[in-house]
Amino acid sequence: MNPKRVNNIATGVIFALVGIVVAILLFLIGYILFNGVPNISWKFLTTSAQAFSSGGGIRDQLFNSLYLLVLTLILSFPIALGAGIYLAEYAPDNWVTNLIRTTIEVLSSLPSVVVGLFGYLFLVIQLQLSFSILSGAIALTFFNLPLLTRSIEESLNSVSSLQKEAGKSLGLSDWKTITKILLPVALPGILTGVILSAGRVFGEAAALIYTAGQSAPAVNYGNWNFLDPTSFLNPMRPAETLAVHIWKVNTESVTPDAHLISSASSAVLIIVILIFNLGARYLGNHLYKKMTATK
Amino acid sequence: MKTYNFDESYIADVPGEKEITAKDVQVFYGDNHAIFNANLKFLRNKVTSLIGASGSGKSTFLRCLNRMNDRIATVKGEIDYQGTNINSKNVNVYEVRKQIGMVFQRPNPFAKSIRENMTFALKENGIKSKDKLEERIESSLKEAALWDEVKDELDKSALALSGGQQQRLCIARAIAMRPNILLLDEPCSALDPISTLKIEETVVRLKENYTIIIVTHNMGQATRISDYTAFFHLGHVIEYDATKNIFENPSMQATSDYISGDFG
Ligand SMILES: Nc1ncnc2c1ncn2[C@@H]1O[C@H](COP(=O)(O)OP(=O)(O)OP(=O)(O)O)[C@@H](O)[C@H]1O
Ligand SMILES: [Mg+2]
Repeated sequence: MNPKRVNNIATGVIFALVGIVVAILLFLIGYILFNGVPNISWKFLTTSAQAFSSGGGIRDQLFNSLYLLVLTLILSFPIALGAGIYLAEYAPDNWVTNLIRTTIEVLSSLPSVVVGLFGYLFLVIQLQLSFSILSGAIALTFFNLPLLTRSIEESLNSVSSLQKEAGKSLGLSDWKTITKILLPVALPGILTGVILSAGRVFGEAAALIYTAGQSAPAVNYGNWNFLDPTSFLNPMRPAETLAVHIWKVNTESVTPDAHLISSASSAVLIIVILIFNLGARYLGNHLYKKMTATK
Repeated sequence: MKTYNFDESYIADVPGEKEITAKDVQVFYGDNHAIFNANLKFLRNKVTSLIGASGSGKSTFLRCLNRMNDRIATVKGEIDYQGTNINSKNVNVYEVRKQIGMVFQRPNPFAKSIRENMTFALKENGIKSKDKLEERIESSLKEAALWDEVKDELDKSALALSGGQQQRLCIARAIAMRPNILLLDEPCSALDPISTLKIEETVVRLKENYTIIIVTHNMGQATRISDYTAFFHLGHVIEYDATKNIFENPSMQATSDYISGDFG
Protein backbone atom coordinates (compact mmCIF):
# COMPACT_ATOMS: atom_id res chain seq x y z
CA MET A 1 0.00 0.00 0.00
CA ASN A 2 1.27 3.41 -0.77
CA PRO A 3 1.60 6.05 1.96
CA LYS A 4 -1.22 8.10 0.56
CA ARG A 5 -3.64 5.23 0.79
CA VAL A 6 -2.53 4.35 4.30
CA ASN A 7 -3.03 7.95 5.26
CA ASN A 8 -6.50 8.04 3.76
CA ILE A 9 -7.55 4.90 5.56
CA ALA A 10 -6.13 6.11 8.88
CA THR A 11 -7.87 9.45 8.51
CA GLY A 12 -11.11 7.70 7.68
CA VAL A 13 -10.91 5.45 10.71
CA ILE A 14 -10.09 8.38 12.98
CA PHE A 15 -13.01 10.37 11.62
CA ALA A 16 -15.32 7.42 12.12
CA LEU A 17 -14.21 7.00 15.73
CA VAL A 18 -14.60 10.69 16.44
CA GLY A 19 -18.01 10.51 14.78
CA ILE A 20 -19.07 7.73 17.15
CA VAL A 21 -17.96 9.69 20.21
CA VAL A 22 -19.74 12.82 19.03
CA ALA A 23 -22.88 10.88 18.13
CA ILE A 24 -23.09 9.25 21.56
CA LEU A 25 -22.55 12.60 23.22
CA LEU A 26 -25.13 14.38 21.11
CA PHE A 27 -27.60 11.60 21.63
CA LEU A 28 -27.22 11.67 25.41
CA ILE A 29 -27.34 15.42 25.78
CA GLY A 30 -30.07 15.71 23.19
CA TYR A 31 -32.15 13.06 24.89
CA ILE A 32 -31.83 14.70 28.29
CA LEU A 33 -32.53 18.18 27.00
CA PHE A 34 -35.36 17.04 24.76
CA ASN A 35 -37.12 15.29 27.61
CA GLY A 36 -36.27 17.82 30.25
CA VAL A 37 -36.41 21.32 28.81
CA PRO A 38 -40.17 21.33 28.09
CA ASN A 39 -40.74 20.66 31.78
CA ILE A 40 -38.54 23.50 33.00
CA SER A 41 -40.46 26.55 34.04
CA TRP A 42 -39.69 29.61 36.08
CA LYS A 43 -41.88 28.19 38.78
CA PHE A 44 -39.95 24.94 38.72
CA LEU A 45 -36.71 26.81 39.31
CA THR A 46 -38.03 29.05 42.06
CA THR A 47 -40.21 26.89 44.27
CA SER A 48 -39.16 24.32 46.78
CA ALA A 49 -39.60 20.60 46.39
CA GLN A 50 -42.78 18.79 47.40
CA ALA A 51 -42.61 15.50 49.21
CA PHE A 52 -46.05 14.08 48.42
CA SER A 53 -47.88 16.28 45.96
CA SER A 54 -46.97 17.18 42.42
CA GLY A 55 -45.74 20.58 41.19
CA GLY A 56 -42.63 20.76 43.34
CA GLY A 57 -39.59 22.76 42.22
CA ILE A 58 -35.85 22.52 42.74
CA ARG A 59 -34.92 25.96 44.03
CA ASP A 60 -33.14 24.71 47.14
CA GLN A 61 -31.42 21.80 45.43
CA LEU A 62 -30.10 24.03 42.68
CA PHE A 63 -28.78 26.54 45.15
CA ASN A 64 -27.27 23.77 47.30
CA SER A 65 -25.40 22.37 44.32
CA LEU A 66 -23.90 25.75 43.53
CA TYR A 67 -23.10 26.54 47.13
CA LEU A 68 -21.50 23.15 47.61
CA LEU A 69 -19.36 23.75 44.56
CA VAL A 70 -18.18 27.09 45.90
CA LEU A 71 -17.39 25.65 49.32
CA THR A 72 -15.61 22.66 47.82
CA LEU A 73 -13.48 24.88 45.62
CA ILE A 74 -12.67 27.18 48.53
CA LEU A 75 -11.49 24.16 50.50
CA SER A 76 -9.72 22.25 47.76
CA PHE A 77 -8.23 24.86 45.44
CA PRO A 78 -5.70 26.41 47.85
CA ILE A 79 -4.53 22.99 49.03
CA ALA A 80 -4.29 21.68 45.48
CA LEU A 81 -2.46 24.82 44.37
CA GLY A 82 0.10 24.41 47.12
CA ALA A 83 0.51 20.72 46.46
CA GLY A 84 0.70 21.21 42.69
CA ILE A 85 3.34 23.92 43.01
CA TYR A 86 5.30 21.78 45.41
CA LEU A 87 5.22 18.71 43.17
CA ALA A 88 6.03 20.65 40.01
CA GLU A 89 8.71 22.99 41.29
CA TYR A 90 10.13 21.98 44.63
CA ALA A 91 9.76 18.23 45.14
CA PRO A 92 13.06 16.39 44.80
CA ASP A 93 12.94 13.42 42.48
CA ASN A 94 13.01 10.62 45.06
CA TRP A 95 10.89 7.85 46.54
CA VAL A 96 9.03 10.17 48.93
CA THR A 97 7.79 12.23 46.01
CA ASN A 98 6.84 9.10 44.11
CA LEU A 99 4.96 7.86 47.16
CA ILE A 100 3.03 11.14 47.29
CA ARG A 101 2.16 10.85 43.61
CA THR A 102 0.99 7.25 44.03
CA THR A 103 -1.10 8.21 47.05
CA ILE A 104 -2.76 10.95 45.05
CA GLU A 105 -3.53 8.52 42.27
CA VAL A 106 -5.04 6.02 44.69
CA LEU A 107 -7.14 8.78 46.22
CA SER A 108 -8.47 9.71 42.80
CA SER A 109 -9.63 6.17 42.09
CA LEU A 110 -11.51 5.56 45.32
CA PRO A 111 -15.15 4.67 44.65
CA SER A 112 -17.38 7.53 45.66
CA VAL A 113 -19.51 5.33 47.90
CA VAL A 114 -16.41 4.54 49.94
CA VAL A 115 -15.57 8.21 50.28
CA GLY A 116 -19.20 8.85 51.23
CA LEU A 117 -19.21 6.20 53.93
CA PHE A 118 -15.87 7.39 55.22
CA GLY A 119 -17.27 10.92 55.32
CA TYR A 120 -20.30 9.65 57.18
CA LEU A 121 -18.33 7.78 59.83
CA PHE A 122 -15.58 10.32 60.25
CA LEU A 123 -17.06 13.72 59.51
CA VAL A 124 -20.72 13.26 60.32
CA ILE A 125 -20.39 10.96 63.34
CA GLN A 126 -16.89 11.29 64.73
CA LEU A 127 -16.37 15.01 64.22
CA GLN A 128 -20.05 15.65 64.79
CA LEU A 129 -20.42 17.84 61.74
CA SER A 130 -23.80 16.12 61.16
CA PHE A 131 -25.34 15.93 57.69
CA SER A 132 -24.21 19.28 56.40
CA ILE A 133 -22.90 21.14 53.40
CA LEU A 134 -19.58 21.31 55.18
CA SER A 135 -19.38 17.52 55.53
CA GLY A 136 -20.30 17.23 51.88
CA ALA A 137 -17.73 19.80 50.83
CA ILE A 138 -14.97 18.04 52.78
CA ALA A 139 -15.90 14.68 51.27
CA LEU A 140 -15.88 16.18 47.79
CA THR A 141 -12.54 17.79 48.54
CA PHE A 142 -11.14 14.27 48.77
CA PHE A 143 -12.24 13.72 45.19
CA ASN A 144 -11.23 17.09 44.01
CA LEU A 145 -7.73 17.22 45.42
CA PRO A 146 -6.13 14.58 43.21
CA LEU A 147 -7.68 15.93 40.04
CA LEU A 148 -6.84 19.53 40.79
CA THR A 149 -3.36 18.80 42.11
CA ARG A 150 -2.55 16.77 39.04
CA SER A 151 -3.82 19.38 36.63
CA ILE A 152 -1.97 22.19 38.40
CA GLU A 153 1.24 20.17 38.52
CA GLU A 154 0.99 19.24 34.85
CA SER A 155 0.11 22.75 33.74
CA LEU A 156 3.10 24.11 35.60
CA ASN A 157 5.38 21.44 34.18
CA SER A 158 4.27 22.28 30.68
CA VAL A 159 5.51 25.85 31.05
CA SER A 160 8.94 26.07 29.43
CA SER A 161 11.81 25.87 31.89
CA LEU A 162 13.32 28.77 29.97
CA GLN A 163 10.78 31.08 31.62
CA LYS A 164 11.93 29.93 35.02
CA GLU A 165 15.57 30.48 34.13
CA ALA A 166 14.72 33.95 32.92
CA GLY A 167 13.16 34.82 36.25
CA LYS A 168 16.05 33.30 38.16
CA SER A 169 18.65 35.18 36.13
CA LEU A 170 16.99 38.48 36.95
CA GLY A 171 17.42 37.89 40.65
CA LEU A 172 13.79 36.99 41.29
CA SER A 173 13.04 34.48 44.01
CA ASP A 174 11.63 31.11 42.99
CA TRP A 175 8.36 32.00 44.63
CA LYS A 176 7.99 35.24 42.65
CA THR A 177 8.90 33.47 39.44
CA ILE A 178 6.40 30.69 40.07
CA THR A 179 3.50 32.86 41.13
CA LYS A 180 3.96 35.79 38.78
CA ILE A 181 5.56 34.27 35.70
CA LEU A 182 4.71 30.58 35.54
CA LEU A 183 1.20 30.51 37.00
CA PRO A 184 -0.29 32.99 34.52
CA VAL A 185 1.04 30.90 31.65
CA ALA A 186 -0.31 27.75 33.29
CA LEU A 187 -3.73 29.29 33.87
CA PRO A 188 -5.67 27.70 30.99
CA GLY A 189 -4.57 24.21 32.04
CA ILE A 190 -5.41 24.87 35.67
CA LEU A 191 -8.81 26.14 34.61
CA THR A 192 -9.53 22.96 32.72
CA GLY A 193 -8.84 21.08 35.94
CA VAL A 194 -11.21 23.31 37.87
CA ILE A 195 -13.93 22.86 35.27
CA LEU A 196 -13.55 19.09 35.24
CA SER A 197 -13.67 18.90 39.00
CA ALA A 198 -16.67 21.21 39.10
CA GLY A 199 -18.54 18.88 36.75
CA ARG A 200 -17.75 16.08 39.12
CA VAL A 201 -19.04 18.02 42.12
CA PHE A 202 -22.29 18.85 40.33
CA GLY A 203 -22.81 15.29 39.27
CA GLU A 204 -21.79 13.50 42.45
CA ALA A 205 -24.55 11.78 44.38
CA ALA A 206 -23.25 8.70 46.17
CA ALA A 207 -20.73 10.50 48.35
CA LEU A 208 -23.19 13.23 49.22
CA ILE A 209 -26.07 11.05 50.32
CA TYR A 210 -24.05 10.10 53.40
CA THR A 211 -22.51 13.49 54.06
CA ALA A 212 -24.58 16.42 52.88
CA GLY A 213 -27.75 14.44 53.48
CA GLN A 214 -30.96 13.96 51.56
CA SER A 215 -33.09 16.69 52.95
CA ALA A 216 -33.41 20.30 51.93
CA PRO A 217 -34.88 22.16 54.89
CA ALA A 218 -36.50 25.49 54.17
CA VAL A 219 -33.99 28.28 54.32
CA ASN A 220 -34.32 32.02 54.24
CA TYR A 221 -32.61 33.54 51.19
CA GLY A 222 -32.70 36.98 52.77
CA ASN A 223 -30.68 35.96 55.80
CA TRP A 224 -27.01 36.59 55.10
CA ASN A 225 -25.80 35.66 58.57
CA PHE A 226 -24.11 32.37 57.77
CA LEU A 227 -24.07 31.41 61.46
CA ASP A 228 -27.84 31.50 61.68
CA PRO A 229 -29.41 28.03 61.19
CA THR A 230 -32.07 29.40 58.88
CA SER A 231 -29.63 31.29 56.66
CA PHE A 232 -29.14 29.97 53.16
CA LEU A 233 -25.41 30.43 53.67
CA ASN A 234 -25.22 28.31 56.80
CA PRO A 235 -22.70 25.56 55.98
CA MET A 236 -23.90 23.40 58.87
CA ARG A 237 -27.36 22.66 57.53
CA PRO A 238 -28.17 19.48 55.63
CA ALA A 239 -28.36 20.12 51.94
CA GLU A 240 -29.73 17.86 49.27
CA THR A 241 -28.14 18.70 45.94
CA LEU A 242 -29.65 18.44 42.50
CA ALA A 243 -27.92 15.16 41.70
CA VAL A 244 -29.02 13.63 44.99
CA HIS A 245 -32.52 14.95 44.34
CA ILE A 246 -32.62 13.21 40.97
CA TRP A 247 -31.54 10.00 42.58
CA LYS A 248 -34.11 10.40 45.35
CA VAL A 249 -37.16 11.15 43.24
CA ASN A 250 -36.28 8.17 41.11
CA THR A 251 -35.89 5.72 43.96
CA GLU A 252 -37.98 6.62 46.96
CA SER A 253 -40.14 9.54 46.09
CA VAL A 254 -43.93 9.30 46.19
CA THR A 255 -44.66 12.46 44.23
CA PRO A 256 -46.87 11.69 41.24
CA ASP A 257 -44.70 13.77 38.89
CA ALA A 258 -41.39 12.18 39.85
CA HIS A 259 -40.58 11.42 36.25
CA LEU A 260 -41.11 15.00 35.13
CA ILE A 261 -39.05 16.33 38.01
CA SER A 262 -36.12 14.06 37.38
CA SER A 263 -35.99 14.73 33.66
CA ALA A 264 -36.28 18.48 34.15
CA SER A 265 -33.68 18.37 36.91
CA SER A 266 -31.28 16.47 34.71
CA ALA A 267 -31.68 19.06 31.99
CA VAL A 268 -31.08 21.86 34.49
CA LEU A 269 -27.99 20.07 35.77
CA ILE A 270 -26.54 19.81 32.27
CA ILE A 271 -27.36 23.42 31.47
CA VAL A 272 -25.77 24.66 34.69
CA ILE A 273 -22.62 22.66 34.03
CA LEU A 274 -22.51 24.08 30.52
CA ILE A 275 -22.95 27.63 31.78
CA PHE A 276 -20.28 27.11 34.40
CA ASN A 277 -17.96 25.63 31.81
CA LEU A 278 -18.38 28.47 29.33
CA GLY A 279 -18.30 31.12 32.03
CA ALA A 280 -15.10 29.77 33.53
CA ARG A 281 -13.46 29.59 30.12
CA TYR A 282 -14.52 33.10 29.26
CA LEU A 283 -13.24 34.46 32.54
CA GLY A 284 -10.05 32.42 32.24
CA ASN A 285 -9.37 33.62 28.73
CA HIS A 286 -9.95 37.17 29.77
CA LEU A 287 -7.53 36.84 32.68
CA TYR A 288 -4.99 35.00 30.57
CA LYS A 289 -5.00 37.66 27.89
CA LYS A 290 -4.71 40.35 30.45
CA MET A 291 -1.80 38.72 32.24
CA THR A 292 0.11 37.62 29.18
CA ALA A 293 -0.69 40.60 26.95
CA THR A 294 -1.83 38.35 24.12
CA LYS A 295 -4.63 39.68 22.00
CA MET B 1 39.44 11.91 18.84
CA LYS B 2 42.95 13.10 19.43
CA THR B 3 44.06 13.00 23.02
CA TYR B 4 45.83 15.91 24.61
CA ASN B 5 47.71 16.25 27.85
CA PHE B 6 45.47 18.20 30.19
CA ASP B 7 48.26 18.91 32.64
CA GLU B 8 49.47 21.54 30.28
CA SER B 9 47.58 24.70 29.68
CA TYR B 10 48.45 28.22 28.74
CA ILE B 11 46.72 30.88 30.83
CA ALA B 12 48.08 34.29 29.93
CA ASP B 13 48.34 36.84 32.71
CA VAL B 14 46.16 39.44 31.06
CA PRO B 15 46.91 43.00 32.12
CA GLY B 16 44.13 45.29 33.34
CA GLU B 17 41.55 45.90 35.99
CA LYS B 18 39.84 42.67 36.88
CA GLU B 19 36.09 42.39 37.33
CA ILE B 20 35.54 38.76 38.24
CA THR B 21 37.99 35.93 38.81
CA ALA B 22 37.46 32.18 38.90
CA LYS B 23 39.91 30.35 41.15
CA ASP B 24 40.20 26.56 41.00
CA VAL B 25 36.58 26.22 39.96
CA GLN B 26 35.38 22.63 39.64
CA VAL B 27 31.87 21.53 38.75
CA PHE B 28 30.21 18.17 39.29
CA TYR B 29 26.87 16.97 38.00
CA GLY B 30 26.52 14.13 40.46
CA ASP B 31 29.49 11.92 39.56
CA ASN B 32 30.10 13.64 36.27
CA HIS B 33 33.11 15.93 36.63
CA ALA B 34 32.24 18.70 34.17
CA ILE B 35 34.82 21.40 34.94
CA PHE B 36 38.38 20.78 36.17
CA ASN B 37 40.23 23.57 37.93
CA ALA B 38 39.27 26.58 35.89
CA ASN B 39 41.38 29.63 36.67
CA LEU B 40 40.28 32.65 34.70
CA LYS B 41 40.44 36.37 35.24
CA PHE B 42 37.96 38.54 33.38
CA LEU B 43 38.75 42.19 32.75
CA ARG B 44 36.43 45.13 33.28
CA ASN B 45 34.81 46.66 30.19
CA LYS B 46 36.18 43.97 27.95
CA VAL B 47 34.49 41.25 25.96
CA THR B 48 35.75 37.75 26.65
CA SER B 49 34.70 34.78 24.51
CA LEU B 50 34.47 31.22 25.70
CA ILE B 51 34.96 28.80 22.83
CA GLY B 52 35.23 25.02 22.57
CA ALA B 53 33.45 21.99 21.24
CA SER B 54 29.97 20.98 22.27
CA GLY B 55 29.96 19.49 25.76
CA SER B 56 33.28 21.06 26.72
CA GLY B 57 31.70 22.84 29.68
CA LYS B 58 31.36 26.44 28.46
CA SER B 59 27.76 26.85 29.61
CA THR B 60 28.46 25.03 32.81
CA PHE B 61 31.32 27.37 33.60
CA LEU B 62 29.40 30.49 32.60
CA ARG B 63 26.51 29.56 34.84
CA CYS B 64 28.83 29.37 37.82
CA LEU B 65 29.55 33.05 37.52
CA ASN B 66 26.07 34.10 38.63
CA ARG B 67 25.14 31.06 40.65
CA MET B 68 22.71 29.71 38.06
CA ASN B 69 24.04 26.23 38.83
CA ASP B 70 22.58 26.29 42.33
CA ARG B 71 20.55 23.13 42.96
CA ILE B 72 21.68 21.77 39.57
CA ALA B 73 25.37 21.12 40.08
CA THR B 74 28.00 21.20 42.81
CA VAL B 75 30.44 24.04 42.27
CA LYS B 76 33.72 24.04 44.17
CA GLY B 77 36.37 26.73 44.28
CA GLU B 78 36.21 30.48 44.55
CA ILE B 79 34.65 33.13 42.40
CA ASP B 80 35.95 36.50 43.39
CA TYR B 81 33.75 39.44 42.50
CA GLN B 82 34.64 42.83 43.93
CA GLY B 83 36.55 41.24 46.77
CA THR B 84 33.86 38.73 47.81
CA ASN B 85 33.76 35.06 47.07
CA ILE B 86 30.30 34.83 45.53
CA ASN B 87 30.52 31.07 45.44
CA SER B 88 30.19 30.86 49.20
CA LYS B 89 27.03 29.63 50.86
CA ASN B 90 26.11 32.77 52.77
CA VAL B 91 26.18 35.09 49.78
CA ASN B 92 22.85 36.60 48.72
CA VAL B 93 22.39 34.91 45.34
CA TYR B 94 19.57 37.23 44.30
CA GLU B 95 21.85 40.21 44.73
CA VAL B 96 24.58 38.40 42.77
CA ARG B 97 22.23 37.75 39.87
CA LYS B 98 21.06 41.34 39.83
CA GLN B 99 24.63 42.49 39.38
CA ILE B 100 25.60 39.72 37.01
CA GLY B 101 22.93 39.42 34.33
CA MET B 102 22.50 36.60 31.88
CA VAL B 103 21.10 36.04 28.40
CA PHE B 104 20.44 32.49 27.20
CA GLN B 105 20.87 30.56 24.00
CA ARG B 106 17.16 30.45 23.25
CA PRO B 107 15.34 33.77 23.66
CA ASN B 108 13.17 33.55 26.77
CA PRO B 109 11.01 36.64 27.13
CA PHE B 110 8.21 36.32 29.67
CA ALA B 111 4.73 35.65 28.28
CA LYS B 112 3.87 39.25 29.02
CA SER B 113 3.92 42.55 27.20
CA ILE B 114 7.21 44.09 26.08
CA ARG B 115 6.77 46.75 28.74
CA GLU B 116 6.16 44.24 31.52
CA ASN B 117 9.15 42.21 30.39
CA MET B 118 11.26 45.26 30.97
CA THR B 119 9.69 46.43 34.22
CA PHE B 120 8.74 43.23 36.02
CA ALA B 121 12.03 42.61 37.80
CA LEU B 122 12.59 46.33 38.34
CA LYS B 123 9.28 46.67 40.14
CA GLU B 124 10.06 43.63 42.24
CA ASN B 125 13.22 45.44 43.23
CA GLY B 126 11.36 48.42 44.50
CA ILE B 127 11.56 50.80 41.56
CA LYS B 128 8.02 52.14 41.56
CA SER B 129 8.28 55.62 40.06
CA LYS B 130 6.63 55.66 36.67
CA ASP B 131 9.07 58.19 35.23
CA LYS B 132 12.02 56.17 36.33
CA LEU B 133 10.56 52.98 34.87
CA GLU B 134 9.80 54.70 31.57
CA GLU B 135 13.30 56.07 31.46
CA ARG B 136 14.76 52.61 32.14
CA ILE B 137 12.63 51.02 29.43
CA GLU B 138 13.67 53.55 26.85
CA SER B 139 17.36 53.68 27.65
CA SER B 140 17.74 49.93 27.92
CA LEU B 141 15.85 49.22 24.71
CA LYS B 142 18.00 51.83 22.99
CA GLU B 143 21.17 50.25 24.31
CA ALA B 144 20.00 46.91 22.96
CA ALA B 145 19.17 48.50 19.60
CA LEU B 146 15.50 47.57 19.80
CA TRP B 147 13.82 50.84 20.72
CA ASP B 148 13.05 52.05 17.22
CA GLU B 149 11.39 48.79 16.32
CA VAL B 150 9.11 48.50 19.33
CA LYS B 151 8.59 51.97 20.74
CA ASP B 152 5.04 52.21 19.39
CA GLU B 153 3.91 48.80 20.57
CA LEU B 154 5.27 48.35 24.04
CA ASP B 155 2.02 46.81 25.20
CA LYS B 156 2.15 44.08 22.61
CA SER B 157 3.04 40.57 23.72
CA ALA B 158 6.78 39.97 23.67
CA LEU B 159 6.12 36.55 22.17
CA ALA B 160 4.87 38.25 19.01
CA LEU B 161 8.37 39.59 18.28
CA SER B 162 10.76 37.83 15.93
CA GLY B 163 13.48 35.62 17.40
CA GLY B 164 16.15 38.26 16.92
CA GLN B 165 13.97 40.94 18.46
CA GLN B 166 13.14 38.66 21.36
CA GLN B 167 16.82 38.09 21.98
CA ARG B 168 17.54 41.82 21.95
CA LEU B 169 14.60 42.24 24.32
CA CYS B 170 16.24 39.73 26.64
CA ILE B 171 19.47 41.70 26.47
CA ALA B 172 17.54 44.91 27.17
CA ARG B 173 15.74 43.24 30.06
CA ALA B 174 19.07 42.12 31.52
CA ILE B 175 20.71 45.52 31.22
CA ALA B 176 17.64 47.28 32.60
CA MET B 177 18.78 45.88 35.95
CA ARG B 178 21.98 47.91 35.51
CA PRO B 179 24.26 44.93 36.13
CA ASN B 180 28.04 45.16 36.09
CA ILE B 181 28.59 41.97 34.15
CA LEU B 182 26.60 40.48 31.32
CA LEU B 183 26.87 36.76 30.63
CA LEU B 184 25.75 35.69 27.16
CA ASP B 185 25.38 31.99 26.37
CA GLU B 186 25.42 31.59 22.59
CA PRO B 187 22.97 34.48 22.19
CA CYS B 188 23.02 34.29 18.40
CA SER B 189 22.82 30.57 17.79
CA ALA B 190 19.10 30.68 17.03
CA LEU B 191 19.29 33.81 14.88
CA ASP B 192 19.76 34.74 11.24
CA PRO B 193 22.93 36.55 10.08
CA ILE B 194 21.35 40.00 10.13
CA SER B 195 20.01 39.67 13.66
CA THR B 196 23.37 38.21 14.62
CA LEU B 197 25.19 41.27 13.30
CA LYS B 198 22.85 43.55 15.21
CA ILE B 199 23.55 41.69 18.42
CA GLU B 200 27.28 41.76 17.77
CA GLU B 201 27.16 45.52 17.28
CA THR B 202 25.14 45.80 20.45
CA VAL B 203 27.68 43.78 22.40
CA VAL B 204 30.58 45.88 21.19
CA ARG B 205 28.73 49.05 22.17
CA LEU B 206 27.72 47.63 25.54
CA LYS B 207 31.27 46.95 26.64
CA GLU B 208 31.71 50.64 27.37
CA ASN B 209 29.47 50.13 30.38
CA TYR B 210 29.56 46.43 31.10
CA THR B 211 31.95 43.56 31.37
CA ILE B 212 30.84 40.93 28.91
CA ILE B 213 31.50 37.20 28.82
CA ILE B 214 30.08 35.41 25.82
CA VAL B 215 29.95 31.76 24.85
CA THR B 216 30.09 31.27 21.11
CA HIS B 217 30.55 28.51 18.57
CA ASN B 218 31.23 31.03 15.88
CA MET B 219 34.96 31.74 15.57
CA GLY B 220 34.29 34.71 13.34
CA GLN B 221 32.11 36.16 16.03
CA ALA B 222 34.78 35.62 18.66
CA THR B 223 37.37 37.44 16.55
CA ARG B 224 35.00 40.25 15.63
CA ILE B 225 33.75 41.15 19.07
CA SER B 226 36.00 39.83 21.81
CA ASP B 227 39.18 41.16 23.34
CA TYR B 228 40.08 37.93 25.13
CA THR B 229 39.26 34.32 24.46
CA ALA B 230 39.29 31.17 26.57
CA PHE B 231 39.37 27.78 24.90
CA PHE B 232 37.62 24.90 26.71
CA HIS B 233 38.15 21.23 25.98
CA LEU B 234 36.48 18.37 27.88
CA GLY B 235 36.04 20.47 30.99
CA HIS B 236 39.57 21.91 30.98
CA VAL B 237 40.54 25.46 30.18
CA ILE B 238 43.29 24.78 27.68
CA GLU B 239 44.23 28.28 26.74
CA TYR B 240 43.38 31.83 27.68
CA ASP B 241 44.85 34.85 25.97
CA ALA B 242 44.12 37.92 23.91
CA THR B 243 41.77 36.94 21.09
CA LYS B 244 44.35 37.93 18.50
CA ASN B 245 46.93 35.57 19.95
CA ILE B 246 44.49 32.69 20.27
CA PHE B 247 43.48 32.87 16.64
CA GLU B 248 46.76 33.92 15.04
CA ASN B 249 49.34 32.38 17.24
CA PRO B 250 47.92 29.84 19.71
CA SER B 251 50.28 28.39 22.26
CA MET B 252 48.65 24.99 22.66
CA GLN B 253 48.36 22.24 20.08
CA ALA B 254 44.72 21.57 21.02
CA THR B 255 43.77 25.21 20.46
CA SER B 256 45.45 25.35 17.13
CA ASP B 257 43.76 22.11 16.04
CA TYR B 258 40.37 23.39 17.18
CA ILE B 259 40.50 26.73 15.42
CA SER B 260 41.85 25.21 12.25
CA GLY B 261 39.04 22.65 12.30
CA ASP B 262 41.48 19.75 12.55
CA PHE B 263 39.93 18.45 15.73
CA GLY B 264 39.02 14.91 16.63
N1 LIG C 1 21.87 19.94 33.75
C1 LIG C 1 22.83 19.02 33.57
N2 LIG C 1 22.80 17.87 34.24
C2 LIG C 1 23.76 16.94 34.09
N3 LIG C 1 24.82 17.09 33.28
C3 LIG C 1 24.92 18.22 32.57
C4 LIG C 1 23.93 19.25 32.68
N4 LIG C 1 24.29 20.27 31.87
C5 LIG C 1 25.43 19.88 31.29
N5 LIG C 1 25.82 18.66 31.71
C6 LIG C 1 27.05 17.94 31.28
O1 LIG C 1 28.13 18.78 31.49
C7 LIG C 1 29.04 18.72 30.40
C8 LIG C 1 29.28 20.10 29.84
O2 LIG C 1 28.07 20.59 29.30
P1 LIG C 1 27.88 22.10 28.86
O3 LIG C 1 26.44 22.28 28.59
O4 LIG C 1 28.48 22.98 29.86
O5 LIG C 1 28.70 22.15 27.52
P2 LIG C 1 28.84 23.33 26.47
O6 LIG C 1 30.29 23.56 26.27
O7 LIG C 1 28.02 24.49 26.88
O8 LIG C 1 28.23 22.65 25.18
P3 LIG C 1 27.36 23.33 24.01
O9 LIG C 1 28.33 24.02 23.13
O10 LIG C 1 26.73 22.16 23.32
O11 LIG C 1 26.38 24.25 24.64
C9 LIG C 1 28.44 17.76 29.40
O12 LIG C 1 29.06 16.52 29.59
C10 LIG C 1 26.99 17.65 29.80
O13 LIG C 1 26.50 16.37 29.56
MG1 LIG D 1 26.24 25.45 26.11
